[in-house]
Amino acid sequence: MVEFIQLLINGILLGSILALGAIGATMIFGVLRFAHFAHGDLMAVGAYFALAVVTIFNLPVLVALPVAMVLTAALAVGIDQVVYRRIRRVQPVILLISSFATALILRSLIQMIWGSSNQVYATGIQMPWRLGPFVLKPDHLLIFAAATGLVVLVHVFLTRSRMGKAMRAMSDNMNLALITGIPANRVIMWTWAIGGALAAAAGVFLGMDTRLHPVMGWTLLLPIFAATILGGIGRPYGAILGGLVIGCAMELSTLVIPGSYKPAVAFAIMVVTLIFRPQGIIKGAA
Amino acid sequence: MALLEAQDLYAGYGGVDILRGTHLHVESQDIVVIVGPNGAGKSTAMKAIFGLVPIRQGHVYYQGSDITREPPERMVGRGIAYVPQEANVFASLTVLENLELGAYSVPGDMTARLDKVFSIFPRLKERRRQPAGVMSGGERQMVAMGRALMIDPQLLMLDEPTAGLSPRLIDETFERIQDINHLGIGVLMVEQNARQALAIADRGYVLATGENRYHDTGPALLANPEVAAMFLGG
Repeated sequence: MVEFIQLLINGILLGSILALGAIGATMIFGVLRFAHFAHGDLMAVGAYFALAVVTIFNLPVLVALPVAMVLTAALAVGIDQVVYRRIRRVQPVILLISSFATALILRSLIQMIWGSSNQVYATGIQMPWRLGPFVLKPDHLLIFAAATGLVVLVHVFLTRSRMGKAMRAMSDNMNLALITGIPANRVIMWTWAIGGALAAAAGVFLGMDTRLHPVMGWTLLLPIFAATILGGIGRPYGAILGGLVIGCAMELSTLVIPGSYKPAVAFAIMVVTLIFRPQGIIKGAA
Repeated sequence: MALLEAQDLYAGYGGVDILRGTHLHVESQDIVVIVGPNGAGKSTAMKAIFGLVPIRQGHVYYQGSDITREPPERMVGRGIAYVPQEANVFASLTVLENLELGAYSVPGDMTARLDKVFSIFPRLKERRRQPAGVMSGGERQMVAMGRALMIDPQLLMLDEPTAGLSPRLIDETFERIQDINHLGIGVLMVEQNARQALAIADRGYVLATGENRYHDTGPALLANPEVAAMFLGG
C-alpha cells in the first residue's frame, strides 16, 4: 500500500508534466489539424533556455521559468511563421512530416549549443521530506503547484478571454469560425505561443525532476500523444485528465512489470483507446 | 442603390461551374428568397457571394462597392452575415459564447446587441449557459441566427433555415425571420419550403441548373402556374 501511494505521488507528478505538454499538442491539433511531432523537442528547448538563464545570470530555476516560457513561445510562433504557415493548405501529412524534421533540427541545435551529456539546473543534494513512510522532494511540490497554477491560467484564458473563446471556436468548427469573421492567423499564432510556453514549462519541470538531455522531450512525445488521444483530440481539459491517467498508469505499472516498460504502457493505453473509444474520454475530433 | 447585386455569376468547384450566369438583386430591407430543385446551385450562389466558393466570372456588388472574391472576414466587416445550413453553431461552446463570438469582429460593448438578439429569441436567454450542441434543431437554428445578428448586419444570408424542422417550428422560424426583417435587415435566403418562403418574400428567384428561370415578387411567383407546376409541386 505504501509503495502504491508513493508511486501514485510520482505518477501525479509525471502526469502534470505530461498534461502541460498534452494541452499544447491538443490545442495545436484542434486548431491546425495535425499532430505536432516537434512538441517534445520544443519542451527540451524550453528546458535548455531555462538552463541558459540559470547558468548565465546565476538565477534560480523558478525565475528562469517565465523567461524560458516567453522565449519558447516566440520560437514556436517563429517556427510556425517560417515553416508551417507556408504549407498550411496542403495535406496534413506533409505538415506532420515537416514537424518531424523540425523536431530533428531542434534536437541537433540543442546538441550543438549545449552538448549531448546530462545536465542539471542545480547541483548538490536536495534533502527530501519524509512524511511518515512517504518521500517527497520540495521540488515535487513546486512542480505540482506551478503546473496546477498554469492549468488554472489556461482555463481562465480559454473560458474568459475573447481570444481563448475564439481558439475553442476554431477548434470546434473551423468553417464556421471563418464565416463568423474570427481572424484565423491571429488565433493560430496565439495557439503556438501558448503551446510553446506550456511545453517550455513541462520541459523545465522535467529537468528539475530528473536531468536535462537533448532527447528528454522526444522520449516523452509518445506519452504526450497518448494523453492527447485518451483525453479526446482537440480537448484541453481531456488532455489534462489524459496526462494524469497516463502518468499514474506509467508509474503504477512498475508494481507488476519492469520500469523500462513504462513507455509501452502509454503506448498500450493509446492503442486500446484508439480501438475502443477513438473519440477519447471527452469527445474529441478523431 | 441595391443592397446586394450579383451579376452574371459563374462559380463552382474544381473548374466545374455550378452557377452559370446567375443574377440576384436584394434591395435594402427586402426579404428575397431563392427556390429551385436540388442541385440548382442555390447554396452555391450564397457561398459564392460570401466568398466561400471561387467566382470564375461575374461580379458581386454590396452597397455599390465591388466585393467579388473578398474573403468572408471582409464580408462580415461590411455588415453581411451568413448562416450555413449545417454545422452552423459552435457545438461545444455555450449559447452565450456562440453569440459573443458572433460579435468578434465588432469589438466593444455588446450588451445592446445581446439584448436585441434575446428580444427576438427569448429562449436563448433562458438557455444561455447551455452548450449549443445539446440543444434541439430549432433552438440551434436560433443560436445560429442569433450569432449572425451579433454584427448588426444590414444583410442576413440564410441557407435553408427551416431544414429538418417540424411544421410548427417552420412557422415560428419564418415569423422570426420577418421580425428580423422588420428591424431593417435585408434577408437573402435559400428555402426548400418554397411556398411558405415565397409567401413572406418581397421578391423570389427560381434557380435551375445554375441559371435564373424566373424572378418576380413572392406572391406573383406563387400565382404563376408554370412555376407552381414545375417547381412548387403543382
